[in-house]
Amino acid sequence: MLSIETLNIHYGDVHVVRNLNLHIAKGEILALVGPTGCGKSSALRAIAGLLEPSKGEIRIDGQATTNDNFVPPEKRSAGMVFQDFALFPHLNVEENVGFRVSESSQVDLWLSNLGLKAFRESMPETLSGGQKQRVALARSLAHQPKLLLLDEPLSNLDAALKIDLRLQIRHAIKKAGVTAIWVTHDQNEAMAIGDRVAVMREGRIVQVDTPEKCYEAPNSRFVAKFFGDGSFLKGIASETGAETAIGLHPFVHTNGAFLPSANSVSQVEVLIRPHDIDLIEETPGNATVQTQAYEGETRHYLVQLDSGETLEARLSHEHRIQPETRVRAVVKSRHPLVAFHLKKNQPST
Amino acid sequence: MQRYSFAKRWRLHVPIAPIVLLALSPIVVLIALATQEPLEFGSRNWRILGNTVGLTALTVLGAVAIGAPLAFATTCLKLRRAGLVLAMLVFPLAVPSYIGAFAYFAATGPGGEIENLFGIAPPEVRGLFGTAWVMTLYTFPFVVLSVRASLLRLDAGLVESGRTLGLTPLGTLSHVIFPRIRGGIASGALLVALYTLSDFATPAILGFDTFTRAIYVEYNAFGLSRAAWLSLQLLLLVLVVLTFESRAKTVRENPGRTLRWNPLPATKFCIFISTTLIWISSVGLPFVLFFIWIKREGVRSFEPSILLHSVVPAGLAAFCAVIVALPLAQAASYGGRTENWMLRLTSFGFGIPGIVMGTALVYVGLHLPWMYQTTAMLVLGYVLRFLPLATGSLREGLDRLENSLSAAARSLGASPFETFRRVKLPLIMPAALSGAALIFLEAMRELPLTLLLRPTGMETLTTRLWQVYEAGYFGDAAIPGLLLIFTSFIAMLLFIRTERLLRLAPEAET
Repeated sequence: MLSIETLNIHYGDVHVVRNLNLHIAKGEILALVGPTGCGKSSALRAIAGLLEPSKGEIRIDGQATTNDNFVPPEKRSAGMVFQDFALFPHLNVEENVGFRVSESSQVDLWLSNLGLKAFRESMPETLSGGQKQRVALARSLAHQPKLLLLDEPLSNLDAALKIDLRLQIRHAIKKAGVTAIWVTHDQNEAMAIGDRVAVMREGRIVQVDTPEKCYEAPNSRFVAKFFGDGSFLKGIASETGAETAIGLHPFVHTNGAFLPSANSVSQVEVLIRPHDIDLIEETPGNATVQTQAYEGETRHYLVQLDSGETLEARLSHEHRIQPETRVRAVVKSRHPLVAFHLKKNQPST
Repeated sequence: MQRYSFAKRWRLHVPIAPIVLLALSPIVVLIALATQEPLEFGSRNWRILGNTVGLTALTVLGAVAIGAPLAFATTCLKLRRAGLVLAMLVFPLAVPSYIGAFAYFAATGPGGEIENLFGIAPPEVRGLFGTAWVMTLYTFPFVVLSVRASLLRLDAGLVESGRTLGLTPLGTLSHVIFPRIRGGIASGALLVALYTLSDFATPAILGFDTFTRAIYVEYNAFGLSRAAWLSLQLLLLVLVVLTFESRAKTVRENPGRTLRWNPLPATKFCIFISTTLIWISSVGLPFVLFFIWIKREGVRSFEPSILLHSVVPAGLAAFCAVIVALPLAQAASYGGRTENWMLRLTSFGFGIPGIVMGTALVYVGLHLPWMYQTTAMLVLGYVLRFLPLATGSLREGLDRLENSLSAAARSLGASPFETFRRVKLPLIMPAALSGAALIFLEAMRELPLTLLLRPTGMETLTTRLWQVYEAGYFGDAAIPGLLLIFTSFIAMLLFIRTERLLRLAPEAET
């Protein structure tokens, strides 16, 4: 449905998108996620035709656009939902939604699908943020685009509203059966709405996978950290597992073709999420509790291992371990841990 | 701000470049014209320079001396009917200063209207002090408005904390309030200076030799080259003032309560007396004179065609200026450095005094006989001079318009033209209309440019007034004078509403 080949974007001398390749199937929702300034919004604008890339080909449903053959935004059939909603302030809700729609049934359909029937005659400035965003979505969908592009659609809304609205939007997109790219900087949002998640960093896509894979089997330390807290412990990998300061554990590799064999040992770093860990009050143990913070449902601990490494742990709120207490840190999760091959001179990011 | 590039930037520049060139052409013409003869700077030139600088300095001093205290009184003192007092103090802006000059010219001195009425002749209002007095009367409201704006931004908490630290009320005035409103005083003073430098008719009527008057004298004596040389000198002075203006900073205060003090009865009395006196001498005098004349001589001498001659070119100018300003404002709202400079260059036209613009265009007209003394030439003059009012107004309108709106329209399938017609145009219409109205009213009351560029025999309200002054049939001035005051009054309301008074130059790059 959508395929992008070697897309490059420059702002003056700044190279914001580098050799981006992406393929999206019909009806799929792809979450494009990454930290602020990673180039995700620029990539989205280039797909919409609102920004001229310096190089690359974008093919929407068979229609190719390149620099030499630039297709203007209005000919791409790519609807866009903006961060600031971009509702036409001089038109009411119905006129906004029906901006260039010839069949009024589409307008009615999306007004009712998104619960906006009561606001038909309202002017945009009288609506709340969530209502505005629903109008913006209804407007895009009523124009029946082949591709829907959402540029941080929820970032201007209250946190409480976000979770509810993201499910509503996902539901509406699926109902319309439209292919969509949803740009966000919020990893939880990305995992919740994306059929697949593409993680961008400094202009490059570093991983495209299902949300589960991105979280459980990140292919780099960057992706691992992006999707959640975690500590990295040094270890020696062998056929039986990875030997770290807190014991031997089975592991999988995600960054490289390393396969442990009987006669090779290798240095690795093992990703340990806070909820993989249990702390048992015990002397001598293998660690000392440094800090304890109450989080409501859970308590968050930072412990220092005797090896010098620090480890994060998140336990039930019921039991409180005081700082300075000696504990034994153990891995309680049964699934294999993710290990990253430690190459020589590799920056440990 | 996010930028969306639909077109390569140079495509934007193409329609603008000729406008910028056209806006700069008066200066090029003046240089070419001035250098046709050897440039001299003789004793007469020195005297004109001294007169101009002296008049400007005195007017600025007078305007600040009257404007700043009264601004403080109407903003920070608890007065009954403070709104009325403020309105009275701003009203002189609705009287073009040349009408004031005309009224003083007709009323004072031996044989003036005051002697006719009361039998005693007050001293003539002429020369440096007379001209400065009249200029001050009609420009001090600029200071009132700009100082008032800074006082409104001043948080009363500052003054109160000054008091808790041991300052007397007078001490806070000099140590807390004055330093915060210095910027406001400066920007008001610079506006007054700009107005004084460009004003032609006031010194001309009161017989004081400033640059503007001397340029007109040279022009009438067919000394176009001399006139151009004097014009360049005047432009240099204007440029100095504009440079200061672009540097004048107004302090951004955190919003807070406005200061409110209880005045002493004596203070109240002083405010009452001074406001009344100022109002009588600036607004009352011309009104009384005009009504006396109407009563004495009737309204027969007024030909309605004069009004038409004022309205048609002014209306055309307003329309054309908005059309021309649209691509300029559009380009500037993209916010690039080049575009900003282009806008700045075109806005220089507003700083060019009418008489200077007139001189340059007369010379252009002499080389383009099909343009010379046509309405088209007059309209061109108005457009070049008042274009910045339109670009400023439109730009404000465009800046309020989020970029994503056009992007949204485009991604919904609208072509660039449809986007303009259905999204941008309706949204900037109010700004375009207020810009056009402002230009219309300014052109209606513009005197020197009209005097120099109008088609032969075409009388407008302003040229009629000038003709009456030259011929001495004062009574005929009543109706045009009142109509001009009415026009200016509406212009003033628009001006104050958009607060453009305080921001003549376009905003610096963001």
